[in-house]
Amino acid sequence: MDWHQLWTIISLPDNIPIVGLMFLIPFYTWYAFRQAFANDRLIDQLESDPEMAKTHHRKTQPYQKGWAREVHVWPYLLRIEFLSAIIVTAILMVWSITLDAPLEEPANPTLTMNPSKAPWYFLGLQEMLVYFDPWIAGVLMPTLIIIGLIAIPYIDTNPLGNGYYTYKQRRFAIWTFLFGFVILWCAMVVIGTLIRGPGWMWFWPGQTWDHNKLIFEVNRDLHEILGITDPILYGIFGFLVVGGFFLITAFGIHKLMTLTEFNRKILARMTLLQYLTMQVLLITMIGLPAKMAARLLFRIKYVWVTPWFNI
Amino acid sequence: MAEQTTKTTEQEQSSNGASDNGKRLFGIDPDAIKAKATEDINAFKKPTRTDLYKSIFRVKHDDTPRSRTLGVLSNVFLHLHPAKINRDAVAYNYTWGMGGISFYLFWVLTWTGVLLMFYYHPTKVQAFRDILYLEHDVPFGKLLRNMHRWGAHAMVLTVWLHMYRVFLTGSYKKPRQFNWMIGVILLVLTLLLSFTGYLLPDDQLGFWAVTVGTNMARATPLLGHEGPFGIQFGMTAYNDVRFALLGGSIVDSNALLRAYIWHCVAIPGFAATFMIVHFWRIRKDGGISGPAPMVLQKEIKPLRR
Repeated sequence: MDWHQLWTIISLPDNIPIVGLMFLIPFYTWYAFRQAFANDRLIDQLESDPEMAKTHHRKTQPYQKGWAREVHVWPYLLRIEFLSAIIVTAILMVWSITLDAPLEEPANPTLTMNPSKAPWYFLGLQEMLVYFDPWIAGVLMPTLIIIGLIAIPYIDTNPLGNGYYTYKQRRFAIWTFLFGFVILWCAMVVIGTLIRGPGWMWFWPGQTWDHNKLIFEVNRDLHEILGITDPILYGIFGFLVVGGFFLITAFGIHKLMTLTEFNRKILARMTLLQYLTMQVLLITMIGLPAKMAARLLFRIKYVWVTPWFNI
Repeated sequence: MAEQTTKTTEQEQSSNGASDNGKRLFGIDPDAIKAKATEDINAFKKPTRTDLYKSIFRVKHDDTPRSRTLGVLSNVFLHLHPAKINRDAVAYNYTWGMGGISFYLFWVLTWTGVLLMFYYHPTKVQAFRDILYLEHDVPFGKLLRNMHRWGAHAMVLTVWLHMYRVFLTGSYKKPRQFNWMIGVILLVLTLLLSFTGYLLPDDQLGFWAVTVGTNMARATPLLGHEGPFGIQFGMTAYNDVRFALLGGSIVDSNALLRAYIWHCVAIPGFAATFMIVHFWRIRKDGGISGPAPMVLQKEIKPLRR
């Protein structure tokens, strides 16, 4: 095992944010869920005790009768802002004094860097390039991520959990976001940094990044496995497979959305347009791990091959 | 007339040189000067009473609620805040402070960025040398560049965490839907700011990162010459969207200049504009979203369209 390789990657100054990410995301997830569960316990109490619900201030924050509801911004907020500015400046100063920003050789178009990596925050997109053609991984997916994020408030018809941490009242939304943000975005950034070595090949932590390593992967298209050779036939076949994936996933998502009484209630509040937008976005999102599984487990390159584009 | 006569006598006296009993200097009473000087010194002891002070700070800064309120509301930089906020809203465990830190980092990056601009030429001949110059000759140049780069990395992280918090507290819900949209745009602009800055040192790292990044633009459907239906749409390497981004078919001097202008002028301008809207809408949508009193399932109001 070559643990020094791992240290070489982690100790690279430009990779500090990824190391930070690996601690910050779990920490803040824990921090948020701790409060969410505390709130959920209070919600349970309030729901079982209508008398308490009438009089309780409905927060887990301390509360006493006679306390002012509001405090002055000066000094109670401004001192926090001032203090954070000082702390951030101090951290940034120490960081900048101890670690130098990287500077490689002058740009040289004739000498390709290996591995040639995008900036760390785009490594999720670069990782997607393994599984999809550039027009999906580099153009369609980023566009859909932006549109999907913007769409969240307009398709989430659940009125609960507005302005407080809760898990119980927003299970579907929270799982969806955790899946998209923590797994598909942050984890892919970590994979792109720590796992992907020369030639964008997969190196487990502790494996040496061997520049001479060769992998003979026989990636086949789905229709080749099944022995369909006629271009028109496998074009139609691919369309059916992708369409079938959409239908089956849509069915699965629908099942999840109607799993509980509460979910059905929220679903009833959705318009058809909201529902369809959500389905398309979620299916596309699940398309990524589905294609990853197809590639990593079955060595499938494309499922739908046409003269104009491949999926 | 009588006054005139007195003045003349005074003039005569002073022109006679030193006064007879040492009390008058050039016709002025030293005691009067002393009294004036004492007055000024005493005024310094209470600077808040001076006209100079009052002209700058328009309100008192004593410990009364009125002064505390005015101190925030009558200050151009602080008036972004309301005078008072919910007592629970200052809790760090709710807010994480990531939005404010992102804004502060944007500010730090603007300042360090402007200072860096003094030493940088966006040309193929000079760009890389300017970085070497910054690192080895400019006083604190290395610190400046390090702060700019690490600050940028930190800002990407804090913006992500800000989004994470806003999602987990459901703060994008009514009436804050639009502000979430502005926030997503700001997130994208943050990433683009960082990405355009990546090329500027003109080293291998930036060159290949931007080459990898912009190669994807080749594959844009319809608008890229390698994308689906790109060729059918008349796209070549010399007129597609990648060409527009780079100002050429390869990452070269035009790409450097374009990245520089996007990085230093255009995107910060857009980001600042959207930030103004973002902060404005926070206030207009009712301030920070919580911690809000919890709503129970049975209290959901029927939907009205």
